[in-house]
Amino acid sequence: MTDNQNPPPLLEASGVSKRFGAVVALHDAALRLRPGEIVALMGANGAGKSTFVKILTGALRRDNGHIRIRGADTNFSSPAQARKSGLIPVYQEPSLIPDLDVADNLRLGQTPVEPFLHWVSELGIANLRLDDTINRLPLATLRILDLARALASEPEVLLLDEMTAALPTDLVERVLGTVRAQADKGQAVIYISHRFAEIAQICDSATVLRDGATVGDLPIVPGVEEQVVELMLGAALETNPTRKAGAARAASGGPHVQVRNLAVGTKLRDVSLDLHRGEVLGVVALEGQGQDELFEALAGMIRPTGGKIVIDDAAVSFAHPADAIAWGLTFVPGNRADGLLMQRSVHENIALPLLARPGKWGAIGMASEASRVNDAIARLQIDTRAMGEVQRLSGGNQQKVTIGRWIAAGVDTLLLFDPTRGIDVRTKRQIYLLVRELAAQGASVLYYTSELAEVPAACDRVVVIFNGKVVDVIEAAEADEQTLMRAAYGLTGEALPA
Amino acid sequence: MSRIVARHGWTLGLLAILVLLFAFTKVIQPNFGPTGLDSLSRATLPFAFATAAMAIVVIAGGIDLSVASMMAVAGVTTAVMMDGAGTGMTLFTVVAVLVIGLGMGAINGALIVVTRVPDIVVTLAMLFVWEGVALLILKAPGGAATPWLREIIVGPFLVPWLPKSFVFLVVCLAVVWIPLRRSRLGLSIYAIGSDELAAYRSGIAIGRTRIIAYALCGLFAAMGGLTLTMSTGNGEPIPGPYLMASVAAVVLGGVVLGGGKGALLGPIIAVFILRLVRMDLTLMSVDPNVTTIVEGTIMVVVVMIGGVLAMRGRRQ
Repeated sequence: MTDNQNPPPLLEASGVSKRFGAVVALHDAALRLRPGEIVALMGANGAGKSTFVKILTGALRRDNGHIRIRGADTNFSSPAQARKSGLIPVYQEPSLIPDLDVADNLRLGQTPVEPFLHWVSELGIANLRLDDTINRLPLATLRILDLARALASEPEVLLLDEMTAALPTDLVERVLGTVRAQADKGQAVIYISHRFAEIAQICDSATVLRDGATVGDLPIVPGVEEQVVELMLGAALETNPTRKAGAARAASGGPHVQVRNLAVGTKLRDVSLDLHRGEVLGVVALEGQGQDELFEALAGMIRPTGGKIVIDDAAVSFAHPADAIAWGLTFVPGNRADGLLMQRSVHENIALPLLARPGKWGAIGMASEASRVNDAIARLQIDTRAMGEVQRLSGGNQQKVTIGRWIAAGVDTLLLFDPTRGIDVRTKRQIYLLVRELAAQGASVLYYTSELAEVPAACDRVVVIFNGKVVDVIEAAEADEQTLMRAAYGLTGEALPA
Repeated sequence: MSRIVARHGWTLGLLAILVLLFAFTKVIQPNFGPTGLDSLSRATLPFAFATAAMAIVVIAGGIDLSVASMMAVAGVTTAVMMDGAGTGMTLFTVVAVLVIGLGMGAINGALIVVTRVPDIVVTLAMLFVWEGVALLILKAPGGAATPWLREIIVGPFLVPWLPKSFVFLVVCLAVVWIPLRRSRLGLSIYAIGSDELAAYRSGIAIGRTRIIAYALCGLFAAMGGLTLTMSTGNGEPIPGPYLMASVAAVVLGGVVLGGGKGALLGPIIAVFILRLVRMDLTLMSVDPNVTTIVEGTIMVVVVMIGGVLAMRGRRQ
């Protein structure tokens, strides 16, 4: 499919950069796309993929660099402009208006109806009615409608962001076949996916982003996935701050928390795991593989649709987060703002779990509270210049408060969801130490992280989840990034279709 | 057929309630006739326009607390300009007041879009601003409306049971709403209220659409102020009780606070229901303080029942 006469690229981006305040999201992103080509855009979490996509589609403005369409410089200031020049995206979340019916949505986007209906049936959706209201249709249908809407406006460049994530297998095949056929007719496609099998099936080449820069552009040939994984990780395989080996599972008999065949809707299909006392069990997964549902089910925020949770040999079910807390399960959400009282002081935030114990309604023991809180602050090395309001602390210090309060309160089982997201290295290490300390005190910790490099530093074992199922359990000592990345992408050894 | 019922269930339900209320009124007041209907309809007019004004911004995902104040500005402007005016000046005044309404609404919308201050704060501030403007134009109730204008909204139209004021209301709303509802602009107003991100991605100019929605709100408010002066014959600079009444009718009429859902018909039926309930309670000589309690209770109960029905519909 690589052409010989080399026609000029349809879309060419080079040196694209973008800063958000002090954070550099992109510094040298590049992409080249010829007519008839499908290019996979790949990168680990935080590599800058979504920023790059937003810039390409006009949802964000770049700081520097060039984007040329058919050789002409462009600088889109809105998605509407990008559309006019033939670049049509299909985003990860449906972009149809939920309260309008299908026909109104088509009129709103000025999509021609006949071609739209043609693509809808081509993509395998039967009996769609134009007067169906969008919010009554299932998610998979909406994804197909989004794609059909994009195809009907005859794009020159089609951008598909995780198009197949919410689709059942038969629809996935239809979509892949249709996209490949369109490319063979001369359309250019940017294809973003976490699934190597799909990329191998339809893409011509893969452009890899790492730390905000394009680091490689590889033709898709059998066996290329190893190279892609290496490129995504880079040479940054520096050794981690080691912890003393051991921190062994307390030899206190059976597991403390057992999860058996847990399922939540279609996202979390079948997860079983054992969490021992004194253990930090890592959870690794690509975005949206069911980890959110796993944590929310364990925290009592949503009800599982199947399977069971056993704590110290007692089967439990949670109707409310208070039930989970009563059983000793404490959830620290990924979004710090969800777990803290941002306008209140560090003292109050740390004291809160001490005060809010279910069943404790008496007067607050001021002296003991103050000493425990001060003790925690000292051990956390929280920057005390902005004690008055948690929202004035840096992100890292806020995160230390969310975890450190449980040291003061004493915790049984801690559910940490991506605690080190967007935090500097020094603070990260302090957080690893905190987690290890909690485990040493006998607590069990379930630790989801989007950063593979920290697994050996913080965890004893790690379970890898892909597509709602546990695909691997790895001892921390063997959990180098390569192994984890392969497992997280569902590459479990067998050859991929070329 | 069942789809039509399902889609317009809320409006049909309100219509049924309205019919029952009329029957009830006839029972407690056997001589309720065309005259009673005419005065009910005329008294409801300014409330109906305020409700239409509120409905359009709520559909667009906003709210406008300055509706009653804008009505006051439009009302006193009408009274001052029409005082002793001839036919030409009268027609000019009508057009000018409608344009002023569009302008006031556009200023509200532009302030929200440009300053990014929340709509509820901006329009609360503008509530005071427009109230002050109305008092600057006319310090005390006064001015006059051209007498023949009043004839447009008094008495029956063709048949005894059809008040002119009701026909006037339907025509005024339909002229703006029906073309709008089917246009791309109208869809855009629903879209930004329904899901702003999806609307942005569909290529809709969010800011411009929002300003237009507020401008149309101002237009309906101006119609309301105009009719108020038309029916009373003079201008009143202090805003009437139209703000909370319009929010109540909008909510009861099936427009979801938060945006994207509903239309004008439901809120207009709702405003008649609320006025009729008030009239019936007065006829039954219920304590006026109890009347407001009854009105509040009706709102919560009806909206709650609607929520339960919607949830059941989704489960099936």
